[in-house]
Amino acid sequence: MTVTWQNLADGFSLGAIYALMAVGVGLVFGVLRLVNFAYGQLIMAGAFALALASQWGWPLWAGIVLCFAVVLAMSLLMDRLVFRPLRGHSPAVMLVATFAVAFLLENIALLSFGSLGKIATSVASLNQPWSIGGVDIRKIAVVAVVVAAACLLVLQLLLSRTEIGLHMRASSMDFATARMLGVRANRVIAVAVLISGALAAIVAVLLTVQSPLVTPDFALQDTIVVLAGVVVGGLNRPVPATLGGFSLGFAIGLLGGALPTTQSQYLPSFIFAAVILVLLVRPRGLFDFSRTVERV
Amino acid sequence: MTLVVDNLEVRYGGIRAVQALSLSVAPGEIVGLIGPNGAGKSSTLHALMGLVPARGSVRLRDKELLGRSPEDVARAGLALVPEGRRIFAELSVEENLRLGLAGRRARDASPGFSGVYEQFPLLYQFRKRQAGLLSGGQQQQLAIGRALVAEPDVLLLDEPSLGLAPNVVDVVFAALTAVRERGLAVLLAEQRAQRTVAAADRTHVLGGGELRLTLGPQDADDTDKLVGAYLS
Repeated sequence: MTVTWQNLADGFSLGAIYALMAVGVGLVFGVLRLVNFAYGQLIMAGAFALALASQWGWPLWAGIVLCFAVVLAMSLLMDRLVFRPLRGHSPAVMLVATFAVAFLLENIALLSFGSLGKIATSVASLNQPWSIGGVDIRKIAVVAVVVAAACLLVLQLLLSRTEIGLHMRASSMDFATARMLGVRANRVIAVAVLISGALAAIVAVLLTVQSPLVTPDFALQDTIVVLAGVVVGGLNRPVPATLGGFSLGFAIGLLGGALPTTQSQYLPSFIFAAVILVLLVRPRGLFDFSRTVERV
Repeated sequence: MTLVVDNLEVRYGGIRAVQALSLSVAPGEIVGLIGPNGAGKSSTLHALMGLVPARGSVRLRDKELLGRSPEDVARAGLALVPEGRRIFAELSVEENLRLGLAGRRARDASPGFSGVYEQFPLLYQFRKRQAGLLSGGQQQQLAIGRALVAEPDVLLLDEPSLGLAPNVVDVVFAALTAVRERGLAVLLAEQRAQRTVAAADRTHVLGGGELRLTLGPQDADDTDKLVGAYLS
């Protein structure tokens, strides 16, 4: 196995994308205690929006605007039509509901666009390499890392410096008490769902650049890996969850490029075996170093 | 702004936790709720805050509160200091107080906590400290301070002295007296019967979810009457 600079860049790039997805999943889990298995289908919808815009000859910026509009609208609809009516039901009910939504959206895409899908050509220019010090690195690898870092920084500032951020943090710790203090549940959840949706739209753009062929199962495997990464990192806390997503993305991005094809096909199996091992050794998550500090 | 509770009923499935309970708390009054475990004290406070479904009527400023969400009830002027304090252990003391602002009706009012810091100087001293690192008594002061930040009309307290050392209980009861003097209405659910009867303007004894007896401060030293009220 030979690791090149391009492999490293791919690892950081995929890790950054998965970190964004992990934050998107973790934000909704924080306020709703809901693991949204339909998150990948939001990304798929955004990717199809980009592909359609590309097919209609729209400029790249218009395609990105359409991608955001579709994903944000679907996120809000998902909250209004599924999450809100089921709020207060058991986590198992809500989990099964997100499975149903995921299959529904995937089949709608299948009926609408066929199993062969569509190609988003307008974003392909970002897949060209930059030559840095004699090393060729795809532009998207750098863009993904920069965009993810900027998003995580903005999100961190939002959570730590604003009133709604404080309300979201408190709600993720103890929603019942936060509501009792006057924190508006619907507002907090809507903001979490919208931010999560915005991150899904960003991920849709980044993933579509990396693989322009958009099919109904687009981002499905990525979502499963990210959900595993979130659990490995530590589902209850945003930073460990993000690190978990980044780690798996980095490992897959790095090894996927570095291993020969005959070995890389087994990569997902090894990754998930590692996930199981980690959870056996550290059930609370690999990066959750928090201790119970409350005095009594 | 008198809180008027009329014919309150709380059920958990087939179990009736509170039935036909009527009471009122006027500004500047402390009204006590005492009774053995399972008497319906906490259920009453939870029903008033909209935390559990209930029947009857709960009115403040001539507005019906029953059936509203907890956040709406908080913004209507009720604040609960819950049993076990329920502070946000991972947030700082100041962030916990900032959360209390969510229930404040006058959004343009000063967001400062000088009133709370004046009443509980320790909270000012530890304002940057993680709330979970405070002692039990300090956490109780934070829970009361957080409720007061909302500038409520009515302060509900659920077992505020639970698990506290006697000298800390003195601090808590002194704080309640100060709150009463500021003109707030206080509804206090407590296990410490004698202490509550002495501090409150009147104290309702609950048993099996029903109001059994009402005591005045003059009954605080009448041990036979207190024991009789619990056993009635």
